[in-house]
Amino acid sequence: MWEYTEKVKDHFLNPRNVGVIENADGIGEVGSLACGDALKLTFKLDENKRIQDAKFQTFGCASAIASSSALTEIIKDLTLQEAEKITNEDIAKYLGDLPKEKMHCSVLGRDALEQAIANYRGEAEKKVEGEIVCECFGVTDLEIERTIRENNLSTIEDVTDYVKAGGGCGNCHEKIQEIIDSMHGKEPRAKRKSERLTNIKKIKLIEETLDREVKPALKKDGGDIELIDVEGNIVLVKMRGTCATCTASQVTLKNYVETKLRELVTSELVVEEVQ
Amino acid sequence: MNVIYVDNNATTMVAPEVLDEMLPYFNEFYGNPSSMHTFGGNVGRKIREAREKVATILGAAPEEIVFNSCGTESDSTAIRAAVLSNPDKKHIITTRVEHPAVKNLGEYFAKNGFRVTFVPVDRKGRLDIDYLYENLTDDTAIVSIMWANNESGTIFPIEELSKTVKEREIVFHTDAVQTIGKIPIDVSKTEVDMLSLSGHKFHGPKGIGVLYIRKGTKFSPYIIGGHQESGRRGGTENVASIIGIGKACELAVEHLGKENTRVKKLRDKLETEILKRIPNTIINGDPENRLPNTTSIAFEYVEGESILLMMDEFGICASSGSACTSGSLEPSHVLRAMGVPFTAAHGSIRFSLSIYNTEEEIDFIIEKLSPIIERLREMSPFWDDKVIGNQ
Repeated sequence: MWEYTEKVKDHFLNPRNVGVIENADGIGEVGSLACGDALKLTFKLDENKRIQDAKFQTFGCASAIASSSALTEIIKDLTLQEAEKITNEDIAKYLGDLPKEKMHCSVLGRDALEQAIANYRGEAEKKVEGEIVCECFGVTDLEIERTIRENNLSTIEDVTDYVKAGGGCGNCHEKIQEIIDSMHGKEPRAKRKSERLTNIKKIKLIEETLDREVKPALKKDGGDIELIDVEGNIVLVKMRGTCATCTASQVTLKNYVETKLRELVTSELVVEEVQ
Repeated sequence: MNVIYVDNNATTMVAPEVLDEMLPYFNEFYGNPSSMHTFGGNVGRKIREAREKVATILGAAPEEIVFNSCGTESDSTAIRAAVLSNPDKKHIITTRVEHPAVKNLGEYFAKNGFRVTFVPVDRKGRLDIDYLYENLTDDTAIVSIMWANNESGTIFPIEELSKTVKEREIVFHTDAVQTIGKIPIDVSKTEVDMLSLSGHKFHGPKGIGVLYIRKGTKFSPYIIGGHQESGRRGGTENVASIIGIGKACELAVEHLGKENTRVKKLRDKLETEILKRIPNTIINGDPENRLPNTTSIAFEYVEGESILLMMDEFGICASSGSACTSGSLEPSHVLRAMGVPFTAAHGSIRFSLSIYNTEEEIDFIIEKLSPIIERLREMSPFWDDKVIGNQ
C-alpha cells in the first residue's frame, strides 16, 4: 500500500484536463507501454503566448495520473519561458509530495513538458543525448546526471526511484555508481589494470568473468552463454536458453557481455557468436 | 464501507471456528507442552491432536509433520536440509515461477557455488516438463516445484513429477501453500519427500507453517535448539496457532467440495462476465488445470495499480502483477516467465476467492469493474491509438 497524500488521491480520482487538444500548439509524448508508464501532453497558447489550455493522457499508476493532472494545472497561464523552469520537484510539491519510489512519475511529467515545448518551437525531436546506461528502461548518462544534480541524489536506489535506471536487470548498477561518484567528486574506483596477459591467463580470466558476472545475470532471464573458443582477442561464444531465441541477444552480446569482458579482462576483446 | 475480499491467495480470514479453538490457549491453558505438570501436559495433548489433523488432510503420518513459523521457513528448511544432507551435490532445480521463498533462496545458492536450474513455463504457466527431466543429473541435490502457482493458479502435475524425479533418487520438495484446501492433496499418492504449508492461506492464523517430511528422508534442522518437534525444529511451540492450523485443516477437508463447486462457480462467473463485458481482456493461466478460486485477468492498455486503487474506492480488495504495486519497476516474475506481453502484464489483476464470498459480492465487482476500466482506458494514450487504429 502506497502512502499517497490526499492531493495525489484527489488528482488520481478526479483528474483535471484529461484528453487531447485538437490542433495543439505543442505535443509531448514520453514513456512506453513496456516501461509501465507513458504520458501524452498537449497545450494551446493564447494571443499573449501564454498556455491557455493543457490536456493529458496517461497510462500508468495512480501517481503517474496524478502527476500528469497536476502538471496541466501548474502550467496553465504560464509563458513558455516560465513553464520551462518547472522541475519534477515542483510537480511533487504541488501534490504534497510523492512516495520516494514514485518520483519517476514526476520526472515523466517534466520530460513531457520539455518535449511539448520543443515541439512547439519546431526543434527537431530531441535526440537521445548521451550514452545509454540502463538498457531496460533506455536511460542515458546525461539524464541520470541531470536528475542527480537537480534532486541531489546520492545512491543507486535514488536514481532508480527518479528515472527508473537500474530498476530492471541491475546490470548497470556499477555504471550508475560511477556517475554518482564522479558527480560527488569521488575518484572512480580503480579498474583492474591489464597487466601483460598470457593466452592462458586471458582465457582463464574470460571464463571466470563469464561465470561470475555474465552467466548469473543472463540466467535471471532464463538465458545462458557458453564459451566456445578464444582466437587472439576474439571471444567466440554460443547463446543458450532464452538468449538463443531472443531478438535482443545481439544487443546483450555487444553491450553487456563485451563491455564486461573488456572492463574485467582486457579492452581489446571482441565478442562474436558462433552459429 | 463493506470490504469485498477477493485476495485470498495473499491471505485469508481466520475462520471463526478456528479462532474459537485458539483463544483459550492464550490466557487460560497457557502451559508449556514440554512441562511435567498436568497443566502443561494437557496442552501437549492438544498439539498431538492438531498434528493428527494436519497428517489426515495430507494423507501422512503424524510423526511426519513438523510445525514451524511460516511457509517460507518450511521452504527454506526443506531446501537447506536437502543441500546439507547431500554435501557432494551442487545442483538445485526449481522453476521460474516460484514464490520468492524458493526463488530468492535459489538465487542465493546460485551466488554461493551452486548451479541452479530454473525450469521455464509456457504462456499458460505450464511447466516445461521435458526441460526439467533433461536437467536431472547425479549432481542434483533437490528438485523444488510448487504444487500450484499463486498468481496464475496453474497447477503442476506433482504426482507425476515426483515419481520421475524419485526414480533418480533425488530429493523432491513441493511448496503446497496455495494448494491446500483448494484441491485434494494426498502425499501417499506421490513421491514427494517434503511439502510446505502455511496456516494463513487457508483460514488459519498467520505465523504458523508446516513442513511434511516423509519418513526416511535425510533431514537436518534449520533452527537448532530444544527437543521440540522431535528435534527437527527448536523453539517453544506456538501453541494457539498449532491448534488453529489443526482446526483449519479439519475445516478444509469439510469445505473442499464447496471450493470446487460453489467457489469455482463464482470464479467462473466473475471471469466470464468480465471477459464478456470488457474488450481486450485476457486470462493469464491454464483454464484446464487451475486452482478453483483463482483468476488472473489482464486488462490491456491500463495499469494495474490504478485499477486496484479505483476498486479500493468500492472496498474491493484484489492484487496485481503490475510493476507499480510491488515497488519494483518490472511486472511480476511470474507473468514475465509466462511471456505475458507488456501491454497486458502491467494491467494484470488477480482475483482469488474463498468460501466466504457471496454471489452478491461477485455481481458487485462485475458491475463496478467495467466503468473503472473504461475510465482508465479513456485516460490512456494507447487506448486512443488502438481505437483509432481499429477504425
